[in-house]
Amino acid sequence: MLAESSPMPRPRAAAETETPDPGRADRRPGAPQIFVHSCNADPLAVRDALAAAVARFVDQLSREEAGTLELVLAEVMNNIVEHSYGERHEGTITLSIVRDRRGLSCSVSDDGVPLPPICLDEPRLPSTDVAREHLPEGGFGWFLIRDMTRDLGYHRENGRNLLAFRLPLAAPAG
Amino acid sequence: MNLTAEARDGALLVRVGESRIDAAVAIRFKEMMRDILKEPAPRVVLDLSRVEFLDSSGLGALVAVMKAMGDGRRLELMGLTPNVEKVFRLTRMDSVFVIHPDLPGKELRHVG
Repeated sequence: MLAESSPMPRPRAAAETETPDPGRADRRPGAPQIFVHSCNADPLAVRDALAAAVARFVDQLSREEAGTLELVLAEVMNNIVEHSYGERHEGTITLSIVRDRRGLSCSVSDDGVPLPPICLDEPRLPSTDVAREHLPEGGFGWFLIRDMTRDLGYHRENGRNLLAFRLPLAAPAG
Repeated sequence: MNLTAEARDGALLVRVGESRIDAAVAIRFKEMMRDILKEPAPRVVLDLSRVEFLDSSGLGALVAVMKAMGDGRRLELMGLTPNVEKVFRLTRMDSVFVIHPDLPGKELRHVG
């Protein structure tokens, strides 16, 4: 993990390499601002990844924001487990999160099948105004992802999927 | 997956003793609920007060359980924690389930 390059909490005085503008610099002492985690594409490994990601940023998030982060990452990563790697039953997911002044900038990559373009269309909820036996049991995941994120983008290169998005946060960093 | 069921006031009260209903346990949850629902009861009340995390797989499992109950029986939910309530609200599934705001449902408790 990248964050292991600074294992000890940094004192404020050690922040001399950061941007010199004191009004904009993140002066939060010791808080790692980059989180990188790779895991196997299975639901229990995804659980561990979610817990690690939330633990890393929880002291900078409201309870609601922490819940949103966990839910968005769960939807994205479980989609990869079920669909991108669905046929193979194995693979690796790499999650990166960067904390910046506007919130959390996240990217998730995998080596599975391409993401169907329909997933990136405008989010549409499955209709709930139907008889009970026709109620939807799926189709909520991408709606939730699109609803809770900003600047969602997808790129595929060299057989690798990269999905990037932002989670805006209320409070500025630092 | 820890689920416990007891009869209360003509309803079957099912407590979910898990902090998560997610992709890792959604299928198991559905299977266990189907076993529990073999018990005849016109009303089934699912106590979700210990569940802190529900994802779209868990939501789909709840819908599947309700569909499997048939038209003559009701699946009601109680004790939604904030993160769980948010999933129901964002997906509009709060209009599909009967959701009791109080924890636990008073009408179930005072008889028991």
